[in-house]
Amino acid sequence: MRAFFTCGIVLLLAAHPAAAAAEAHYAEQRAAMLHAIDRDAIDTAGYTGRRGFDARVMAAIGAVPRHLFVPADKASRAYDNRPLPIGYGQTISQPYIVALMTDLLDLGGGDVVFELGTGSGYQAAVLSGLVAEVYTVEIVPELAALAAERLARLGYDNITAWHGDGYYGRPEKAPFDAIIVTAAASHVPPPLIAQLKPGGRMVIPVGAAFLVQQLMLIEKTAEGDILTRHILPVMFVPLTGER
Amino acid sequence: MSATGFPVLFAVALLSAAVIGYEILLTRLFSIIQWHHFAYMVISMALLGFGAAGSFVALARAWLERHFIAAFGAGAAAFGVSAFGCFAIAQRVPFNPLEIAWGGWQLAWLPLIYLLLSAPFFFAASAICLAFSRFKERLGLLYRFDLIGAGLGAPLVVALLFLGPPVLSLKLLALAGVGAGALVVAPALRRNSAGALAALLLAAAVALPLAAPGAWSALRLSPYKGLSVALTAPDAAILAERHGPLGWLALVESPTIPLRHAPGLSLKSSSPPPEQLALFSDGGSLSAIARFDGDLAKLAHLDDQTAALPYHLLARPHVLVLGAGGGEEVLRALHKGARRVTAVELNRQMADLVRREAGAFSGALYERPDVALHIGEARSFVARGDARYDLIQLALIDSFSAAAAGVFALNENTLYTVEAFEAYLDHLAPGGLLAVTRWIKLPPRDALKLIATAADALAARGVADAAGRMALVRGWKTSTLIVKDGALTPADIAAIRGFAGSRGFDLAWVPGMLEAEANRFNRLDAPYFYRGARALLGERREEFMDGYKFALAPATDDRPYFFHDFKWAALPELLALAAGGGLAQVEWGYVILVATLAQAALAGAVLILLPLLAGRARAGALAWDRRRLVVYFLALGLGFMFIEMAFIQRFVLFLGHPLHAIAVVLAAFLVFAGLGSGYAERLAHRLGRRLPKLGGVTLIAAAIAALAGIYIGVLPALLNALLALPEGARIALAVLLIAPLAFLMGMPFPLGLARLARHAPGLIPWAWGINGCASVLSAVLATVLAVHIGFTAVVGCALAIYLLAALMFAGRCDATAQYDEL
Repeated sequence: MRAFFTCGIVLLLAAHPAAAAAEAHYAEQRAAMLHAIDRDAIDTAGYTGRRGFDARVMAAIGAVPRHLFVPADKASRAYDNRPLPIGYGQTISQPYIVALMTDLLDLGGGDVVFELGTGSGYQAAVLSGLVAEVYTVEIVPELAALAAERLARLGYDNITAWHGDGYYGRPEKAPFDAIIVTAAASHVPPPLIAQLKPGGRMVIPVGAAFLVQQLMLIEKTAEGDILTRHILPVMFVPLTGER
Repeated sequence: MSATGFPVLFAVALLSAAVIGYEILLTRLFSIIQWHHFAYMVISMALLGFGAAGSFVALARAWLERHFIAAFGAGAAAFGVSAFGCFAIAQRVPFNPLEIAWGGWQLAWLPLIYLLLSAPFFFAASAICLAFSRFKERLGLLYRFDLIGAGLGAPLVVALLFLGPPVLSLKLLALAGVGAGALVVAPALRRNSAGALAALLLAAAVALPLAAPGAWSALRLSPYKGLSVALTAPDAAILAERHGPLGWLALVESPTIPLRHAPGLSLKSSSPPPEQLALFSDGGSLSAIARFDGDLAKLAHLDDQTAALPYHLLARPHVLVLGAGGGEEVLRALHKGARRVTAVELNRQMADLVRREAGAFSGALYERPDVALHIGEARSFVARGDARYDLIQLALIDSFSAAAAGVFALNENTLYTVEAFEAYLDHLAPGGLLAVTRWIKLPPRDALKLIATAADALAARGVADAAGRMALVRGWKTSTLIVKDGALTPADIAAIRGFAGSRGFDLAWVPGMLEAEANRFNRLDAPYFYRGARALLGERREEFMDGYKFALAPATDDRPYFFHDFKWAALPELLALAAGGGLAQVEWGYVILVATLAQAALAGAVLILLPLLAGRARAGALAWDRRRLVVYFLALGLGFMFIEMAFIQRFVLFLGHPLHAIAVVLAAFLVFAGLGSGYAERLAHRLGRRLPKLGGVTLIAAAIAALAGIYIGVLPALLNALLALPEGARIALAVLLIAPLAFLMGMPFPLGLARLARHAPGLIPWAWGINGCASVLSAVLATVLAVHIGFTAVVGCALAIYLLAALMFAGRCDATAQYDEL
């Protein structure tokens, strides 16, 4: 027993500096990722209408340990500015796309947000630092369980994550200030539009896995009209000579 | 031929059939587990196993010929083992084409897949090639069996695919290969210990596909395909499936978290779709089957999609739905008060699933008295009938993600050509509408190309004011174009405005609209759709097309690639955006095709040159200049496939079904070429004696070119005129038309080999390999050419290539008189 105990202490002592070094390494990568997002934002300012993202959004992204949201074998690439597979035919979005989607929602500190398609939970974690409450639902049971456990372990206590059908939203918590639909769908569920607050915003990535090429921003006007805007982060203008 | 001669002939035919079957089957298998454009790349590369086999046999000829029976048996057995085994391994390679846009390491898997899939081709081709080398005195006969085997292999595998899952066909083909080996080995068993060894190998080859655990042969779908994703929902399951050459259909139910498919549903809609079953084709394209209990009021969501537009301009129309699928457009027609619906579906198995397994669920939709379902190819159905319709509705049957990824770029599609639109317009009742719904792509592509297509079709019908007959409405995910038989009236225009406005859809074109109206609900940086439509319908059309970064020129029957919109000029800009994911917009089908062509050409060149370098010292004096020899056999490979592919394309419409076209045309070409090959030497001798100055081969090649030239001129009109004949007569006519050309096309290759047999038998395998490489290359090249210059021009190229072959055969050899009377 004593031998076991001693071993444990030795291991702990040995592991501690290594863990700290790994943390420092990831923090460095995270900073590089933020820099890459900034660069992309400047490159695409002509299409998105924003030269950089809200400092609060960038800070929220900088605070989330993305390497803990990807499968262990992909942790070394977690901070690359690209989407990564997370299993079950789903991906964790490209960091730049996460930043743009979050920025487009124009969030306030007291907002309540609904997310359809939890995936890894990364987007919810980013939102968590910016708003009062996040409700997120995932269809795939395995992904839902993983994300819920992960978010709880990392202390994101303003996120409610569950497994189920998000089509009908969460009527008892509605209306929402903002909604994100990350699960690719053939249409936007009418109940979700109904649960969006007048003046609220909804953002939806459009495209296949790994090939998201546009975002759709849906705005509900104060009068209840629905307007959409296509944000094309990496698109070029179809006619030569135009910009 | 020796005592083993006849078994060898049949063994070559059987192995040939198995190889071509395997090639077709790989396309099927890859269409299911990945996406079919990658199948194209992998297979064309794998076929280079043929070229490698030629080089291998050329280098090891003496030894292999001495041990012919064992070597042939081992080659056939290895084909059997690898056809099954290598595919099982290849589908475990973690290759994800979707990730290529994000970095190079995915591409590193490709060579491994190539290597695995080329192995079966290499083994079978080595065996066949060895037979040619060993029995050089009977080349014509061997080639005849080779071609006839291949000719029967194609329709045979199409039939096999109906029997069960494609893996079953794979096993049967593997066994057929082994059977070919057994044919040669069995008679020699008692005499020869090498034969016994080969027999053992054969037994092992039989055992593998039969005894392999189920997990080896289960298809492993990419997790990103629609079916895979649908099955991740709890309790989702496949209720029923159908296997066939047109695809694998899976009917999926998801009771806990219901499927809901309503592409582009208006954001103002308050009507979610009812409970649905999903019908996946090859694990990808999704067609929804809605629960229907006869109460049309429950289908209100169908009125909130752009495809509902034409119904707001018509009262109780007779509707023709092209692409019935799971019945969505049929239900929309009924929901919107159609008095009669005629629907056409290409795939009988699709209709069968909806009728049987989903029969009660779909409310026996296709059995209703006001619905008539026809099985067949849509274009042929329209062209052959006299009926006129108030509305012809082209359903949106392909999947959004596949369309968005440019997967269809290289699919020949006869539904969206100028000639197709002319046929639709000809079958509209007075005041009737043609409606075409497509996915929205940004920057705009399909929607604008449809406008240009409709404009060309109207112009061909002598209509001056195309702009006054068209309207284009776009939602956030789909757009619908309508073209009227006659000018749109103020009442029509008011109805269109009312429909779009109340659903939050934007007007992209209606006669007399203003730019300010074009970008209200679904806002883009600029009203791109409206500006494009205005330019394409006005004076600036050509200028606009030239300046646009995607190709908008309408597809035609000669260049039936509606989805191809890649412009090389746009490539630098796309690459510059690559870091941000800009490659997502590249039309992958086309890029992959070009990459395939490049790598196939490179690999082919290496395989052709290798034995030439290695065997330089050995081959001895040859009357035939080697460069001419290479060009001759290359030309024959290229020319044969060019003509074959162009004919398949031409006959799709005529025979009314792509499967019929492939089976009939391939079989006719190969069988008649096989018959011709056996007759080649006699004909060449006779011609050579009569016209010694020209030579027999030159005359035959010239005759092929002349016949091809005649077909270019006559065939389109002839086929159109005879379209109304019953099916049996059309098939007979197709065979009759192909027969003389194919008969002649079977001759130049064995004549070339015969010349080698006389002067330099060591080069036979090499020449055989060159021809194999060329056939592979030409399949890819023919598609690239067809995309750019059309199939007529492809036949034109083939004509020139045959003339070139004639020149290569004649020339210096004749002059030096070293050459015989051929």
